[in-house]
Amino acid sequence: MHVAVITNCTPDTAAAVAIDSGGNLKFDDKLVVNPWDEYAITEAILLKEAHSGQVSIITLGGPEHEEALKHGLAIGCDQAIRIWDDALQGWDSLAYASAVAAAITKLGGVDLVIFGKELPDIASEAHIFQTARRLGWSPLGFVAKIEAIDPAARTIRVRRQVESGTETVTSRLPAVISVIKDINEPKYPTFIGIRKAAKASIPVWKLADLGLDAAAVAPKTRRLAYQDLPKREGAVEIIDDPAALVDKLLEDKVI
Amino acid sequence: MEFEFTEEHRMARQMVRDFAQKEIYPTIKEWDHKHQPHPDVLPRMAELGILGINVPVRYGGQGFDYITLALVCEELERVDASLRVIMSVHAGLNSLAMLQWGTEEQKQRFLVPQARGEKYAGYALTEPDAGSDPVRLRATARREGDVYILNGEKMWISLATLADHMLVFAKTDPNAQPAYKGITGFIITRDMKGVTVGDIKGKMGVRAGSTGWIAMQDVEVPVENRLGEEGEGFYIAMSCLDNGRYTVAAGATGCIRGCLEDSLKYSKERVTFNVPIAQHQLIKQKLAFMQQWYDAAQLLVLKAGWLKNQGKRNTRETAVAKWFATDMSVKAALEAVQLHGAYGFSDEYDVERYLRNAKGATIYEGSSEIQQLIQADYALGYRQDKPLRCELPAYDPEWWQSEN
Repeated sequence: MHVAVITNCTPDTAAAVAIDSGGNLKFDDKLVVNPWDEYAITEAILLKEAHSGQVSIITLGGPEHEEALKHGLAIGCDQAIRIWDDALQGWDSLAYASAVAAAITKLGGVDLVIFGKELPDIASEAHIFQTARRLGWSPLGFVAKIEAIDPAARTIRVRRQVESGTETVTSRLPAVISVIKDINEPKYPTFIGIRKAAKASIPVWKLADLGLDAAAVAPKTRRLAYQDLPKREGAVEIIDDPAALVDKLLEDKVI
Repeated sequence: MEFEFTEEHRMARQMVRDFAQKEIYPTIKEWDHKHQPHPDVLPRMAELGILGINVPVRYGGQGFDYITLALVCEELERVDASLRVIMSVHAGLNSLAMLQWGTEEQKQRFLVPQARGEKYAGYALTEPDAGSDPVRLRATARREGDVYILNGEKMWISLATLADHMLVFAKTDPNAQPAYKGITGFIITRDMKGVTVGDIKGKMGVRAGSTGWIAMQDVEVPVENRLGEEGEGFYIAMSCLDNGRYTVAAGATGCIRGCLEDSLKYSKERVTFNVPIAQHQLIKQKLAFMQQWYDAAQLLVLKAGWLKNQGKRNTRETAVAKWFATDMSVKAALEAVQLHGAYGFSDEYDVERYLRNAKGATIYEGSSEIQQLIQADYALGYRQDKPLRCELPAYDPEWWQSEN
């Protein structure tokens, strides 16, 4: 069984976000492996342990994203690939999906693609479903558990978290899934894995390697500007008397 | 001169940081209150391979270098000194002694299961009446045929009730002159007849750590459990301290970092006179000192680690690192408590625990006063290193990382 995990580094969720004088987004901290991807990597390794096979881990971005790949290698992924090309500067989710889908096609024989739930820096999961669309495979989002997978019969059954509860669905393989944090307890790198990862030389696949050209990944959307959230204003008023509190809430039309 | 960590160093440090922060930190305060070791710590450190981090792969370890050992200790003590103490005794004082002094047979029998985390190990030199002056130790070992008969009592022993293997020192020749030439090292196991162990309660700090006593009454120890030659024990015990003190020093840098990080956070949150206290110059001074102590302590530790990697003797450099880092960790913790004000005086925040933990390290494994005497004696030329029969092996990545 061949599982591909897609990962990226993202700013720490605790990082302070600001916009500099040039209008660019700035984070006050270094990048970390996307916390959602920790679950994706672990799930891929668990599948490999259960069904044998291999795990490929892929990122799209500059060298700063190699940390996520090395993290995956240190946990037990077998190979890592970084997709990058100058033409991908300013990528949007569809460009991302096009390049990732092309890389999966180039790898060949992939049965399952696993994403973390979202990219938290842009709060988006569109790229996951667009990747599935580009590949023509079933998208199964927000998976809380892989209940059964049969590589020979080419089927997968998963439990999805939906707004009203859970939903169990089956699909044919290959498929694209995104996983949520209930799915497993993320593994740590092993020390042997760390040594392997530290020595690993990670290939960079450019658009030409993927059979794509700049037009195929030209962003259809553009970020025009960032804007800070308006600063919160107002003061806290503590009203001890319940009757006065109710009067105040009625006056402000809260109740 | 190279000041960069390797990618291996960084990744190993991150892995241990994640483990300690995610699995141990959330509940460490409870175990500290209970005066009991956190039950998950030893088994998880064993399972994750941390206990054998810098033992060669051929002896069941992970094959990382001495610098990594220091980084691991820093991360562990960043959460709590009790975690780092495990590394000090299991890895620093015992496993590295096996690597340095053990026969091949002893390495297979003791070091391999210790590095794999299947057996826990400790070190027992101190006695109720012998601490800074270990030559006064009273435990005896009398040879009778193929066994030694050990009698005596050991005190303030980390992991006394948890360790399977214990490196103990006893006098094979109580009348030797000079007296230190009468000391010999032995590996005893907890299941040997005549070995009794117990915990010590009422410690000021490291309350989530296991500290206890060992009583030996007519314990029969096979000759093949003798570490080194008869009468070589004092040299072995002191060489062990070169590694144990290294881990203590590295841990103390983690404590200083904890004081600094917690103080930075609090000083940006706490407001007095309409500004965060971080804007007051006297608060800045405390933060600046903590940063300075951390930087200097870490550099001293890494210098000692570099010497170990090179296979160079590092008794003086390790001692100065231990002295400075532990003394500064106490100062940093005092300043952190002061900076936190009344909250620092309460166990609502961690800094009072840092202070209680930090103090012990200026006493055990050679008090700060002993470290000062060591420095002065080196400077005066009264003390010179003589080659040991078995030196601590230099770090050779190829040899350390290969299976055989």
